[in-house]
Amino acid sequence: MSLSPSENVEKPRSFQEIILRLQSYWASRGCAILQPYDMEVGAGTFHPATTLRSLGSNAWAAAYVQPSRRPTDGRYGENPNRLQHYYQYQVLIKPSPPDLQDLYLGSLKAIGIDTDLHDIRFVEDDWESPTLGAWGLGWEVWCDGMEVSQFTYFQQVGGHDCKPVSGELTYGLERLAMYVLGIDHVMNMPFNDPQSPIPLTYGDVFKQTEEEYSRHNFDVANTEKLLSDFVNAEKECHAILDQAQIDPKTGKRIVMAHPAYDQCIKASHIFNLLDARGVISVTERQAYIGRVRALAKACADAFVQTTAGGWTPDTAPEVESA
Amino acid sequence: MADLLIELFSEEIPARMQKRASEDLKSLVTNGLVEAGLTYASAGAFATPRRLALSVEGLLDASPTTVEERKGPRVDAPEKALEGFLRGAGVTKDDLEIRDEKKGQVYFAKITKPGRPAAEIVAEVLEATVRNFPWPKSMRWGAGSLKWVRPLHSIVCLMTREDGAEVVPLDIDGITSGNTVWGHRFMSAGSFKVTSFDDYAAKLKQNFVVLDPQERADHIWHDATNQAFAQGLEVVEDKGLLSEVAGLVEWPVVLMGEIGEDFLGLPPEVLQTSMREHQKFFSVKNPKTGRIEKFVTVANRETADNGATILAGNQKVLSARLSDAKFFWENDVRTVEREGMEAMSAPLANVTFHNKLGSEAERIARIAALAADIAPIVGAEAGEAELTAKVAKADLSSEMVYEFPELQGVMGRYYAKKAGLSDAVADACRDHYSPLGPSDDVPTEPVSVAVALADKLDKLTGFWAIDEKPTGSKDPFALRRAALGVIRLLITNDVRMSLDRFIDAQLLAHKIAAADENDGIIDTLKEILDEIAEHGVFGAAFDAISDKLTETQKDEVKTVAGSVPDTSDDLLSFFHDRLKVFLRDEGIRHDVIDACLAMPGNDDITLLVKRARALQAMLDTEDGTNLIQGFKRANNILTQAEEKDGVEYSFGPDVKFAETDEEKALFAALDTASEEIKPAMKAEDFTAAMSAMADMRPSVDAFFEAVQINTDSDIVRRNRLNLLGRIREICLSVADLTRIES
Repeated sequence: MSLSPSENVEKPRSFQEIILRLQSYWASRGCAILQPYDMEVGAGTFHPATTLRSLGSNAWAAAYVQPSRRPTDGRYGENPNRLQHYYQYQVLIKPSPPDLQDLYLGSLKAIGIDTDLHDIRFVEDDWESPTLGAWGLGWEVWCDGMEVSQFTYFQQVGGHDCKPVSGELTYGLERLAMYVLGIDHVMNMPFNDPQSPIPLTYGDVFKQTEEEYSRHNFDVANTEKLLSDFVNAEKECHAILDQAQIDPKTGKRIVMAHPAYDQCIKASHIFNLLDARGVISVTERQAYIGRVRALAKACADAFVQTTAGGWTPDTAPEVESA
Repeated sequence: MADLLIELFSEEIPARMQKRASEDLKSLVTNGLVEAGLTYASAGAFATPRRLALSVEGLLDASPTTVEERKGPRVDAPEKALEGFLRGAGVTKDDLEIRDEKKGQVYFAKITKPGRPAAEIVAEVLEATVRNFPWPKSMRWGAGSLKWVRPLHSIVCLMTREDGAEVVPLDIDGITSGNTVWGHRFMSAGSFKVTSFDDYAAKLKQNFVVLDPQERADHIWHDATNQAFAQGLEVVEDKGLLSEVAGLVEWPVVLMGEIGEDFLGLPPEVLQTSMREHQKFFSVKNPKTGRIEKFVTVANRETADNGATILAGNQKVLSARLSDAKFFWENDVRTVEREGMEAMSAPLANVTFHNKLGSEAERIARIAALAADIAPIVGAEAGEAELTAKVAKADLSSEMVYEFPELQGVMGRYYAKKAGLSDAVADACRDHYSPLGPSDDVPTEPVSVAVALADKLDKLTGFWAIDEKPTGSKDPFALRRAALGVIRLLITNDVRMSLDRFIDAQLLAHKIAAADENDGIIDTLKEILDEIAEHGVFGAAFDAISDKLTETQKDEVKTVAGSVPDTSDDLLSFFHDRLKVFLRDEGIRHDVIDACLAMPGNDDITLLVKRARALQAMLDTEDGTNLIQGFKRANNILTQAEEKDGVEYSFGPDVKFAETDEEKALFAALDTASEEIKPAMKAEDFTAAMSAMADMRPSVDAFFEAVQINTDSDIVRRNRLNLLGRIREICLSVADLTRIES
């Protein structure tokens, strides 16, 4: 029996140490460590480094922290587990390597989860994002009965089959860190090292903003403005994509997939805010989701017409004429 | 002879798919082998979260050589025909044999197909199986195009004979077959080689994998019940959960833990559901108090601390979950205690039930009106039934039911009690959904019965009104189940109710709901609705007020609601079809039901069933069977005679024309029978009526034995025919026996 404790990894002492260890672990496994996307998104998946880069035939390996916003989850900083603003850690590798599960388990060890003492399980959880027109198969990963990550093999994004398939890992950082650090309320979690000259808790950093945004998201955000912002983002997205592929100024072929996708991200976040304000009825909801999905699909269509999306003049001559 | 071992090793297979997948593996491979001529003695398939395995024993070493004889063209046929035949059969002219047939000399070819070694066939069959495996959902991974439920990592394909084991070579998109097996993901030291199925199963166990799912389930159940028993507790049985949990682990380790004191006050259903749905925990009950006090979780490994860390983690997660549940429960209770169930119902006005059938609130209002209408029939008080129906679905907008939809009704009962409503009302909140399945308990409390019937009838008439009926295997709104529910509610509670009236009324209520609010016709339709209670059906109600209507109004009513009678008939026959299915399980034949359906009052399910049960019981007796034959004989003779003579022999026969003793005896028997049958039928004592009818049998038999209908005397003949007419009349007064098949 192999019941002896494994190499004794020292327990991390703070939220940021867990993030740093993940960064260094995935860097050592060959991932490009990217920075968060500079827009409001609902999840790490929305980062173009995941949505767009999972499309096309080019290989890719990236990892990054992504601040994520879910306005409806705001609880004024009082709920021990729920936040309207939180962090996800995201890894995307294309094509998915055969040892991705082992790589993932290695990352748990890196943050101090001793897999000889804990019960790690891969429990069926199929992922689907109706707003991104995306789906994949995989698991939620359980550690002693708690979901610590999502593990997904992307099959389709923006209506396109993923070929090759990307492997996506998403860690809910606050929850995972609370578990590793043994903290019961997120606001009590040490953000930096508790031994620091100026120790800061998660609450010191985010309690006030949770309050402010909860009030704003539920009661103050101007719904009329948001409704028109949604329409404008939608129009802008299409307008960008409607431009000719050849830039008249430089004479170069420049398909503007990313600027258009920014508008898709914007529309998605505005929809989430409208949802939190409770002004979207059940039937309208589906229609809004459909509209965001249409944008995501259009952006995916554009991305595969770019070099990063696997386009080359030789492989797609018919597009030139279109 | 050889034994075959196959293992398909992959990343974690969803628990719910494992059983089916192992069965599919077995049938696809063994069918493929047999089709190729490789027979075998026995086969067994297994699944764990990471592997599907198949063991086939007593497999032939090679498929047998087969010889097929094929008939060719005649010897004098054109050369081209012969060439074609040779090409098709793959033989030369020298191989042919000439035989004499009736039409001349004919060529015959013997085509010999040599047998093939088993390994070759196994490789082909396994590759086809992997490539065409019927996973409910499958995926690609990496840069490949092969599909499997999750990435497939390795294949063991091994044939074992007395002289040793041999890998069957196979390469599926770069995955090559071998004899290497991996053990438990965390506990096993690594991989190992195997030589046979027995070796495989034994080594797996040494490497912390229990291959057989049944063995894992048994182990879990055994350990869980033992641990609970040791503390005077018992595990709440949950077969679905057991098989799921057995599919999540390769090396089950049972751990029992505490539910925090704070949460023990939650309703047991909430504890159980939250633990099962979120954490896949078993509930552990104290048999003395009935309370759920502990949980059992199943880990996938042993640890140096005997599971202490794992258990502590699970307990913590459970606390977080139950904190949520407690928060919902307390909020919901506060709402109903302060503002009553109506306040909880209010948001249902904004919840769509079905886009053509309006909101949940509108549906509830219709059900409440119908429940009040039905109440007196089932012995409930109309006001109470109406009130109950109004609050029975309030819990649909509670936070708890939003989180756990399967607790609908159960929570309604708790909330109704907290709101200070009576036990009968509270129970009805829970029970009005019943019966759901065919073996589900049927409510018997009058208020529950009234609301349960109204709920189901409103649903059925609603979907009939918008023409969304079940077709084939599609029944998305579970309407068959609803109709069966109505049938069981009526029969179990001995409810006598004319379905026609309520179907017509509720169909009309749906038409009113769907009509334009500003339409002037609505008042007229409502008037008709009021009249249905009086007149029984839509048509009669319409006639009753038609004097007051202008021609235009009449036309309008017909446009909006003219389809009600036809739709109603259609729904009633749907009930009759469901009833046949239901009674078939009771051993009542469909023709018996047809015989009863042909009688008046067939929209009264209880009456119909009583009649059918009595008729079936009679048919099960010797007298009954013989009487039916007698009836049929009488009926045939009558039909022929009536056709020939152009008259109906229903005029009373006179005993004074009776010539024989048997004839006279039949007169007496018929008199006795009809004297008994009439009051019995009036009292709906079908058993008595049927048995009185069956009692006629000796006399009927004796009559046919001794008496010839046709005689020289026309008077005597007609009298005898009229006597047969009485048999027919008496029998048909009980059920339409012409429908009974012999």
